[in-house]
Amino acid sequence: MRLTDEEKAMLAGEMGEAKRWAIDHQVKVGEMFDAADLVPVSQSHMMVDPESAGEAGVAFLEGLAESGGRVSIPMITDPRGVDLNHYSPLGQTEEMANLERRTYAACESMGILMTNTCINYQTVMPPMFGDHVAYGDTGVVIYSNSACGARSNFEGGPSALAAGLTGRTPRYGLHLDKHRQATRRFKINEQPSELTDWGVLGAVIGKMSGSYWEVPVIEGLEVVPTSDQMKHLGAAMASYGSTPLFHISGITPESRTLSDVGGDKLPVEEVTKADLDALRSTFGGKGEKVDVVVFAAPQLSIVEMQQVAELCKGKTFKAPVLVCTSAQVYSDATRAGIVAHIEDAGGKVLEGTCFYQQYAREIGEANGWVRLLSNSAKIVNILGGYGYQPALASMEDCIASAEAGEIV
Amino acid sequence: MSITLKCHKGIGDKVQGIALVSDDNFSARYDLDRIKGIFSRPAHKLHGESYEKKILVMNTAKGGVASAWMLNEMKSRDIYPQAILFNAANTILAQGAALANLTMCDRFEDGDVTQLIKTGDEVIVDPQAGTVTILNRK
Repeated sequence: MRLTDEEKAMLAGEMGEAKRWAIDHQVKVGEMFDAADLVPVSQSHMMVDPESAGEAGVAFLEGLAESGGRVSIPMITDPRGVDLNHYSPLGQTEEMANLERRTYAACESMGILMTNTCINYQTVMPPMFGDHVAYGDTGVVIYSNSACGARSNFEGGPSALAAGLTGRTPRYGLHLDKHRQATRRFKINEQPSELTDWGVLGAVIGKMSGSYWEVPVIEGLEVVPTSDQMKHLGAAMASYGSTPLFHISGITPESRTLSDVGGDKLPVEEVTKADLDALRSTFGGKGEKVDVVVFAAPQLSIVEMQQVAELCKGKTFKAPVLVCTSAQVYSDATRAGIVAHIEDAGGKVLEGTCFYQQYAREIGEANGWVRLLSNSAKIVNILGGYGYQPALASMEDCIASAEAGEIV
Repeated sequence: MSITLKCHKGIGDKVQGIALVSDDNFSARYDLDRIKGIFSRPAHKLHGESYEKKILVMNTAKGGVASAWMLNEMKSRDIYPQAILFNAANTILAQGAALANLTMCDRFEDGDVTQLIKTGDEVIVDPQAGTVTILNRK
C-alpha cells in the first residue's frame, strides 16, 4: 500500500502506540482487499457492545486509552449492551454493567462521543453525498451508502476505531466507483406498505443477493420511501445478505436512471408475492403464547416511537414489551410524553441500547423468553441463533399480541 | 501425497488442522454459541458441530459487524477455529482476523473452496504465501 509520510510516521510509532496499532491494522486489512492507499474520512462510528467485545475487547480499548490514544475526527458509537438505568430487571448482571462502564470510560478518554445509536443518520449527523466515512453497524452503512450516497464499507468495531484514530480508512470496496455499480436487478410487483413489509422486501432481496460484493438495483417502487421505511428495507437487506449498498431506480441519488448504475445491462429478476410470503412463513406462531415483544433493530425514530405510543394508549399488556431507542430520541420522547404512554401500558423504553446487542441469550434465559415477537425482519433473523423462536408481525399486531398475551 | 490450492494473500499465521467444511455462510454473532464452541443456529448446515481448533471452510461471511470483535474474544478464551477459509470474505471478518491475528484466506484460483476441501481433510494454511495444502490427498 502507498503511504504518505505522515502515515509512515504513524506506522513507525512516531505518533504514539494507538495510531501505530491503528494504521498497522488498516494496512493488514487493506492488503487483503488490494487497497492502493488510505482515504481520509469525515466521521467514524464504532460498534462496541460488551457482549461482542468481551473482556478481551474492553481491555484492548483500555490499553489504547492508557497509551494516550485520541481520535482525530468526530467519532460516535453504536448502541450499548446495557442500559445502565435499567439492567437488573432484565436479568443483566453487575459484571455486564461493569464491562459497559469500563467501555464508556475508555472511549470517552479517547474523545469518542457516546451517541449509542444505530440511527445516527436520523439523529446525529447524516453524511453528505460522496462523503467518505467509516461506519460500523450494517444498517447504518447500507442506509448511508444507499439513501445518502455516502461511501463506507462495513467497518467492524476495531476498524472503525482505527479510522477514528488515523482519520483514514483503506481505500477498497465501496470507496471505489467500480464497486458501486449494480450487479443484480430486481423488479418488484407488490408495493410494501407497513414497516414490516419493507423489512420483508429487504430480507428477500438480501437473501437473493447473498454477498457483500453484490449491489442490487430495485425497480418498480411507486412511492418514495420515508426514512423509516428505507431504514427497515436496508437493515433487513444487510442482515440477510451482508449487503452494504443498494439502489432504487429513480429514487436513490446514484441511480436517477437505471443506466446510471449499469442496471439496464442486467437480467431482470422478479421478486414475487410468493417470495415474500415464503420469507414470512418461516416466522409463524399465530395463537401461541408470546413471551416478549421487542421493538428494536434498528432503534426507533421519534416518529416510530409516537406510532407505538399511540397504539399503547388505553391498553394493559400481558406480555413484556421492550422498546429500544437512542439517547437522543429517548429524551425527546420523554419530553413529549411518548415514553409515559408506552410505560403506562406496561412496556419499557430502553435508552441507547438495541435488544440483540444486549446479551440477548442471557436475558432470554434469565426471563424464560423463547417466543419473541417483533416487527423487525432483521431481529427475527438474528435471534434464532440466540435460543429464541422469533415471530414477525406488524407494529399494530405486535401491540395487540402483547395485550392478548398470545400472537394474534 | 498432497495438493496445494492457491488463494489471495490473507491474514494471520501459518497453521495446520482438520477441516470442517460447509457451503453455508458464516457469522460469529448469528450462528455460534461461542461459550460451547458450536454452531447453534438451527438453520445452519453445521448446526451442533464444534468448530474448536478446526480449519473452517465456508462460502462467505454474512450479517453484522459484531464478528469483528468476536474473533478476538473467542481467541482470548481459547475456543476458536484455527483458521477460516472463504470463497469470498467480507470486510468484517477480515477486520476481525486482523485484530485477533486469526488466520484467514479467500478467493481460491481453482474454484469453490467448499468443494475443493472436504470435512476431515488435514490442511496447512499459509496466508502470507496465499496457499492451502491438503496433506491427505494427491
